[in-house]
Amino acid sequence: MNKSCKVTLTVNEVERTAEVEPRMLLVHFLRETLNLTGTHIGCDTSQCGACTVLVNGEAVKSCTMLAVQADGASITTVEGLGDVEHLHPIQQGFWEKHGLQCGFCTPGVMMAMVSLLQEHPAPTEEEVREALEGVICRCTGYQFIVDAVLHAAAEMAKLQESGNVSDTMPVGEGR
Amino acid sequence: MANMIGTPVKRKEDPRLLTGNGMFTDDMKLPGMLHAAFLRSPFAHAKIVRIDTETAKQYPGVIAVFTGADLIGKVKPVPTMWYVPGADLKAKDRSPLALEKVLYAGEAVAVVVAEDRYIARDALELISVDYEELPAVTHQEKALQEGAPLVHDDVPQNLALLWKAGEVPDEAFEQAEVVVRQRLYNQRVIPNPMETRAAVAQFNPGSGEMTIWCTSQNPHIHRMIYSGVLGIPESKLRIVAPDVGGGFGAKIATYTEEAVVGHAARELRRPVKWVEERREHFMATTHARDEVIEVELAGKKDGTFTALRVKNTANLGAYLSTFGGGCPTIDFGLMITGAYHIPQAAVVTYGVYTNTTPTDAYRGAGKPEATFQIERIVDLFARKVGMDPLEVRRKNLIPKESFPYTTAMGLLYDSGNYELTLEKALEAVDYEALRKEQEELRAQGKLIGIGFSTYVELCGFGPSKVAGAIGFQGGVWENSTVRVHPTGKVTVYTGTSPHGQGTATSFAQIVSDKLGVPIEDIELVHGDTQSISMGWGTYGSRTTAVGGAAVAIAADRVVAKAKRIAAHELEVATEDIDFAGGVFSVKGVPGREKTFQEIARSANFAWNLPDDVEPSLEAQSFFDPSNFVYPFGAHICVVEVDKDTGEVALRKYVAVDDVGKVINPLLAEGQVHGGVVQGIGQALWEGAVYSENGQLLSGTFMDYTMPKARFFPRVEWHFTETPSPVNPLGAKGIGETGTTAAPPAVVNAVMDALQPFGVDDLDMPLTPEKVWKAMQNRREGI
Repeated sequence: MNKSCKVTLTVNEVERTAEVEPRMLLVHFLRETLNLTGTHIGCDTSQCGACTVLVNGEAVKSCTMLAVQADGASITTVEGLGDVEHLHPIQQGFWEKHGLQCGFCTPGVMMAMVSLLQEHPAPTEEEVREALEGVICRCTGYQFIVDAVLHAAAEMAKLQESGNVSDTMPVGEGR
Repeated sequence: MANMIGTPVKRKEDPRLLTGNGMFTDDMKLPGMLHAAFLRSPFAHAKIVRIDTETAKQYPGVIAVFTGADLIGKVKPVPTMWYVPGADLKAKDRSPLALEKVLYAGEAVAVVVAEDRYIARDALELISVDYEELPAVTHQEKALQEGAPLVHDDVPQNLALLWKAGEVPDEAFEQAEVVVRQRLYNQRVIPNPMETRAAVAQFNPGSGEMTIWCTSQNPHIHRMIYSGVLGIPESKLRIVAPDVGGGFGAKIATYTEEAVVGHAARELRRPVKWVEERREHFMATTHARDEVIEVELAGKKDGTFTALRVKNTANLGAYLSTFGGGCPTIDFGLMITGAYHIPQAAVVTYGVYTNTTPTDAYRGAGKPEATFQIERIVDLFARKVGMDPLEVRRKNLIPKESFPYTTAMGLLYDSGNYELTLEKALEAVDYEALRKEQEELRAQGKLIGIGFSTYVELCGFGPSKVAGAIGFQGGVWENSTVRVHPTGKVTVYTGTSPHGQGTATSFAQIVSDKLGVPIEDIELVHGDTQSISMGWGTYGSRTTAVGGAAVAIAADRVVAKAKRIAAHELEVATEDIDFAGGVFSVKGVPGREKTFQEIARSANFAWNLPDDVEPSLEAQSFFDPSNFVYPFGAHICVVEVDKDTGEVALRKYVAVDDVGKVINPLLAEGQVHGGVVQGIGQALWEGAVYSENGQLLSGTFMDYTMPKARFFPRVEWHFTETPSPVNPLGAKGIGETGTTAAPPAVVNAVMDALQPFGVDDLDMPLTPEKVWKAMQNRREGI
């Protein structure tokens, strides 16, 4: 049980190597081993989505994945999304539209929505609500989250038009 | 500087939380920190015959295993905090770990402390407990029956309390033109903040000081109670609520696990962390509501109400939780008449022990249940007298000329204009057109329903002398210090303990208006008993009305002192100083002025102060309001029921709330959205279900339906502002209005939709199965 494995993965564009127990969940690896505590744990049963991160660009609930399964993968957590000086449009959207209250589910929700906007850059309100299926927020009633995502989509479209895309998806600027 | 109060300012809290820089309890890491895990009873009621922890103790990485016996004399039982008077209360304190018996599934029986959380979990499997299962009782009405299993051997009939208030002579019902009676069940729900409970404890053996970081809505209450439980003087116990991921009432209660974690840190001389898993949270953190409410409303054929009589049989769970006794009695019972003029009213509450998780406050705590029963019975009354529920409401709502208004239950409603919110809501939905549309769609075989909730809510806890009179073992005043640094930057301290409400922003707005300092220069400190001398926390929608008022008063005191210093420096009398926009100026002498920042420096440097003025620039306020505050409003819900599946779809939801003066409309609207969605959640989906033998069947997010984004249309929100006279801000409370107003609005709408089927009432949650069956029975009946 205590036999450890070596994993090497890229987290927020920094290569990390560590010895982990084979049973260690990716979310615990991020939080405990790498001290990236922005990703939260809300349910342990893969319903709440607070632990959502991007694995090779796709939204994954990091409590459903073992750290060893992420060997060789590229991970983006909320810390890699954008810092206070350079907020990602999704972070800016959540701020502008009051998309968060306690902030506990927020990092996971934002990562899930980054994934949505990559696939559907101009979602309708209904599509955003559908895409929020994998996350639970108990505070906001979702309405301002929806507004935040639509705001982010609009801002990203503007950036796209102006050709200033480098700042729109700054995945990996964080720690 | 523009007025900050009333402006939709973006939150100061957000950049930190949006970039992963929050600090929630589980984010803390201390050198040498151990991890705790609790072994929980699989039975709802059982004798503990034997516990064998030896194998677990031998497991590599395990540092200690404690059982209840190990804690005797070291950790005392955790008491309730609300001794409801005149109720023959049989309070049952909670042993930190179960001793001879377990009384509900999920009760903690042992704790493992280990090097990491995985090892701690492993070792739980190695503890062997021999239980002798006993018959369990989970339903409050069954628990009251003769021969029911006793949860506590010395509490006959499992009756924890019997509380009565108000009086109505029988004739009021016997001689009434119209009487409607209904039995309603306000089902058990689980608050489920997204952050479960967690605690980190650290003990300094040299000084005897302990710090517990934990998920608390009220750290000073936790300090007061854990001090007694752990035998550590309040002066040596520090409780910190760092970022807290929602509470909704579940983080008010003083639980046993946090105390056990504190003790483990003390005994093992190493910091200890415990983080509740969601499955544990479902069983071990308080539930709420679970009240069987029998209501009788008497009135006249013209729709006038004359008397109300209510019986509440409330499930308190296995122990009396911190506010557990108060919710179904005081909080519920005094609000039974709602927003209506009802001359006579009476209430009786049976509080019952069962083999279930203890119940306590959940967003509204008693008021949602009170509102539910009155709003439902008003609709049934309208049906009986053949009036539109709107007209019955218009006829009985307390008119605006009557405020302040004393209710039949003896409360003094502070201020109100109920018709205004109702008219605004009607306008928003275009009521007449809506009724027409409903008729047309009905003709096409579509089931549309319109539901009202014209509610009033009691909050802003509250006058401390009232707290004393109702048996609450604490005060409910609030404390604030406004501290001005030499550079003119400001730190505000509050005894409230926000956990998502955005109080760092709204309080900064209050101070900004008072001091003329930009909100960027104002920081709020909360949730730390070491920084804040005393305070009573965040619950009962009291943060702005009581805590915000204390901030405003303290800021006024800062200005008063600063004015004297400015007058001294400008060599005029204090009366000759004007203060506006952060500038002290001499009346009638343009240009003779000092900025707030200059005076802040003068006050702190103290080179040249008036003889009778002490150095420094800070002030404190301990504000105890003269009354509660009573926000109110009108919610209208429009639903469509699918005839074939019983599914309820929300077509429209309009909320018009009056919460007095609104400090930040953006944050206020956020509170409404969240509350309404939780309220709709209770109406349509949420519900804790126990098996007969006390197993929690809805014990994960797979079985307990949490509201999801796709379930909802946009909630349309409007507000009116009728200031409260009981605090200097004129503010009321908003946090609990949604959960209070929404459930009856939704249920009334569904019952309206089902009118063609003659269905008068269904128990929440209105699941498709339940609604479909009701239609089916009726079809078969025809």
